[in-house]
Amino acid sequence: MQFKGKIWKFPDNINTDEIIPAKYLVTSDQKELSKHCLEIIHPEFPKRVKKGDIIVAGENFGCGSSREHAALAIKGTGISCIIAKSFARIFFRNCINIGLPILEEKKLPESCSQGDIIKIDLAKGVIKNLSNEKESAIGGFPPFLQEIISSGGLMKWVKKKVIR
Amino acid sequence: MTITEKILAAHSGKKEVVPGDFILADVDLALGNDITAPAAIREFKKAGGKKVFDPEKIVLIPDHFSPAKDLESAQLAKRLKLFAQQQKIPHFYEIGRMGIEHALIPEKGLVLPGNLVVGADSHTCTYGAVGAFATGVGSTDLAAVFISGKCWFKVPATFKFIYYGKLPRWTGGKDIILHTIGDIGVDGAHYKAMEFSGETIKNLAMDDRFTLCNMAIEAGAKNGIIEPGEITWKSDADSNYSEVKEYDVSKIEPQVAFPSSPSNIRPIGEVGEIPIDQVVIGSCTNGRISDLRIAASILKKKKIHPEVRTIIIPATQRIYLDALREGLIDLFIKAGCIVSTPTCGPCLGGHMGVLSEGEVCLSTTNRNFIGRMGSPKSKVYLANPAVAAASAIKGRIAHPERI
Repeated sequence: MQFKGKIWKFPDNINTDEIIPAKYLVTSDQKELSKHCLEIIHPEFPKRVKKGDIIVAGENFGCGSSREHAALAIKGTGISCIIAKSFARIFFRNCINIGLPILEEKKLPESCSQGDIIKIDLAKGVIKNLSNEKESAIGGFPPFLQEIISSGGLMKWVKKKVIR
Repeated sequence: MTITEKILAAHSGKKEVVPGDFILADVDLALGNDITAPAAIREFKKAGGKKVFDPEKIVLIPDHFSPAKDLESAQLAKRLKLFAQQQKIPHFYEIGRMGIEHALIPEKGLVLPGNLVVGADSHTCTYGAVGAFATGVGSTDLAAVFISGKCWFKVPATFKFIYYGKLPRWTGGKDIILHTIGDIGVDGAHYKAMEFSGETIKNLAMDDRFTLCNMAIEAGAKNGIIEPGEITWKSDADSNYSEVKEYDVSKIEPQVAFPSSPSNIRPIGEVGEIPIDQVVIGSCTNGRISDLRIAASILKKKKIHPEVRTIIIPATQRIYLDALREGLIDLFIKAGCIVSTPTCGPCLGGHMGVLSEGEVCLSTTNRNFIGRMGSPKSKVYLANPAVAAASAIKGRIAHPERI
């Protein structure tokens, strides 16, 4: 799997209230939610984000509330992948469960700039920043999570492995 | 093994688990609310779900936008009710029997020591106070539990916190947890179990234990837990802890979290002059009867500052009724507060006290993120109920000692 896209850069500790405020939680439709995604801290983001763009963030991305709406809102914008130094755990699960690709990587968030174009090659385990030619290695997911991802999300995995 | 590891092992048919293990565990109780359960119900149906694994083990509580604040939220609550009817789920709590989920579930005795509880709400970690492993999950996780009764976990490492010393007057569980988060940061216990122990915790009242475990998520933890007694579920003496921290609480002052992070902590003596527009006393963190009693002890025969509105929200109907019988409601109203039916309401900027641009709120809730309670240009400070009541009288953040 490969992704190539423009970076939207965010700092440490982006919380789910910032990703999607509670006043919009009257729906769980990802297209509706995406219209307000991250608008509190970056009002231009939901207007200008393009399909295939990539979020690069610092530590503890997605902390706070368990609202899966946060992962859905990002998915709804067309963001292809989130790369962060670390993810908050419920947000991490939500992304795996709904099939939104996420990667933990410590170096890229330090060395990239807003608007850089990067290429991610999951098979080779490499991220290349085409704007500054820097490369970083990415580790894969543990086999247990890989199984959920390759099943096509949690519900399909549960049907296959748990209920049978 | 630690208590967390023991509970996870017991629920996954294993003799032993170690941090980092992936397990598939049996769930004793699964919880959803009006925001998170509708998406879980959708996923359940989409996956071809016909019957939930065990209707007795599912709890549905419309508490976030209840009583319905608008048409959309009315429809969300209705989806819970219909699903509960179709699936014959007895633990659906309609308005009138409803309470804030994390106060209501322990009150109803639905969670016991050694249980494994998941909830599509991040503050599910509250039940660690009774010695259960309890953690927040998303809607799809909840849907998977609806179908299978199981949930996957990565066994967390345990971070042990030892507290000693007698808590000073006007401090409680809220101050212990705010002080701790202020020290370790919002990701200080990232992915870990926070085990709260020591002489202070042994002597801590149940309501304070709930408050303490409730905010474990605010340090990034998977769960917060307190050993429920001396004999049953407890950590072995030779347990492995990833870290251990000790705190002497005998000299801590009431703690205040400044905008916009629960880790941005100052002791009340260093707060300075901060005028406020609104006070909220309530939520799954501090809406229990002892919280209301503390607030009442300060508000007795006093008046709320003319420029402040004070919203008091008993967390459950029983707490509401107890407060009424004890004369607390009468006292609150005479002081100039309003008292609301149980709801999460203003804590998440839902309703019943949303903040306007430029407004400042002192709240006993759990999060003070940008825009959490309303306008992104409003500000939220977090503190315990005593500080909240004192501040409501003074019109600025104030030490209860000054009243």
